[in-house]
Amino acid sequence: MTIKNLFVVFALGFAGLFVAGATSSFAQSHVNSPDPSLGTPNVATETSHIGNLTGHAEEGKHLYRRYCIGCHGPDGDGDGMNAQWIDPKPRDFTQATFKCRSTPTGTLPLDQDLYNAITRGFVNSNMPSWNPLTPQQRADLVAFIKTWSPRWAKEQPGTALQIPPETPVTIDSILHGRELFQKMECWKCHGPAGHGDGPSAATLTDSKDNPIRPYNFSTGTRFKCGETNQDVYRIFMTGVDGTPMPSFADVIKPADAWDLVHFLRTLQDMDTKEAELWKTYVAAHRADIKPIGPDAAGGQ
Amino acid sequence: MTKKLLMLLAGAALVGNGGMAGLPAPAGNASISGKVTYTGTPPKMKPIDMSKEPSCAKQHATPVMTENVATGAGDTLEYVVVYISAGDSDSAAPTAAVRYDQKGCQYLPHVLPMQVGQNLQIYNDDQTSHNIHPLAKVNPEWNKSQPAGSPAIDTKYDKPEFIPVKCNIHPWMHGYFVVLNTSHYSVTGQDGAFSLKGLPAGKYTVTAWQEQYGSQSQDVTVGAGESKAINFTFKALPY
Repeated sequence: MTIKNLFVVFALGFAGLFVAGATSSFAQSHVNSPDPSLGTPNVATETSHIGNLTGHAEEGKHLYRRYCIGCHGPDGDGDGMNAQWIDPKPRDFTQATFKCRSTPTGTLPLDQDLYNAITRGFVNSNMPSWNPLTPQQRADLVAFIKTWSPRWAKEQPGTALQIPPETPVTIDSILHGRELFQKMECWKCHGPAGHGDGPSAATLTDSKDNPIRPYNFSTGTRFKCGETNQDVYRIFMTGVDGTPMPSFADVIKPADAWDLVHFLRTLQDMDTKEAELWKTYVAAHRADIKPIGPDAAGGQ
Repeated sequence: MTKKLLMLLAGAALVGNGGMAGLPAPAGNASISGKVTYTGTPPKMKPIDMSKEPSCAKQHATPVMTENVATGAGDTLEYVVVYISAGDSDSAAPTAAVRYDQKGCQYLPHVLPMQVGQNLQIYNDDQTSHNIHPLAKVNPEWNKSQPAGSPAIDTKYDKPEFIPVKCNIHPWMHGYFVVLNTSHYSVTGQDGAFSLKGLPAGKYTVTAWQEQYGSQSQDVTVGAGESKAINFTFKALPY
């Protein structure tokens, strides 16, 4: 075999690789259209409204093909090529069930909620922050995501939760929040110390029967649906749809909800006013503090 | 003259009936009844360990059994929903609500049929929190916490669907909401018997649904006042 022949063989080999690569990426380069009989919104006309931005689904479709299809799939059902390697699984847009909402459980989120989710990404998952895309591009994606489910053609988003101004962070507020953590049985999943190791934690599954872990407050600073005290308030009041985390909007009063937020902050390993107050209190009153969990007085 | 006027009025009332919601479907006096049985070997129902929830465990003298394939003497199947799936005129939801209880960390009843648009009231009768999580796919999926002593949750479903219900806190709790487009339905008891009454004469499709074995249907024609007997047999698998 001459040098020249060898070169030809290599060249052919490379060409073959190139073709193979092109073919496999081609397999998911096309975004499918939902069955029109489902009554999903029209891609040509569906829009989103974020502040004074208007997103257009037609534009979003091109962006989806470029950035989202690998995980969320050509049918928007969360079954893209990468999905099998991913945990938690990519969102299935055909169900129109979304984790991070300002709207009541079971209702559609606001466009702004979806925009925030795309912008923020989801910590502890494969969904990155899409902040590098322009606001217009993110708005276009929100509009396109809404064309996967007929619910967007028939229903209005829910009414956003009204969050009253935050109450002062005091030790009384934290102590009352702690009582709620016991009474609402948050510890059943999140554990007595918020480590995500409560008695029901091991059996939890999401709505597609995939195992899911409750949030471990000691590990980090950020939550799936934001990082501010307002975000924490919103998360437990509206619930995290599609997961075991229920909505507490019907059973926790707004003022009490702030107390719970203040207590939850003490479970995190962070330099917050809540943590400082709590540490000082614990140092002075260790003997008075009843344990959280099944053996607590007043518990079951 | 008076007679004619009366007839006219009656005719107008009938026309009005047809287009108005909130009125019961035209009543008949035919009925379809029978039994649901199985062949083969159903799985053994297992005792549920409620030791993680002592307030519930102490409500049961003997362990509660799983209910996904509940059977009775004579190979009968319990909790099978038998309903008219075609041929029934649209019947508006009754004003009375259906009631669903969480008691002793169990759903009562295990399978709850209701009509589209009918009010559903969910109660927590226990000394513990439950989260009620109906895993709807056609209807919206929601998930609400209901601590001990909370008021009932009032809700309803707009589309027909078989909705599995679970409590994530107590993973052994399983039930079904069966949302139907008809007022003619029946859930089998331990004797496997069902009965669909008050049917106008006509041709119907009768469907039997079991949570693990799915649905099967039969076409039945009944004359006015006729009582027809039909039976359903599911093939049971031990897993």
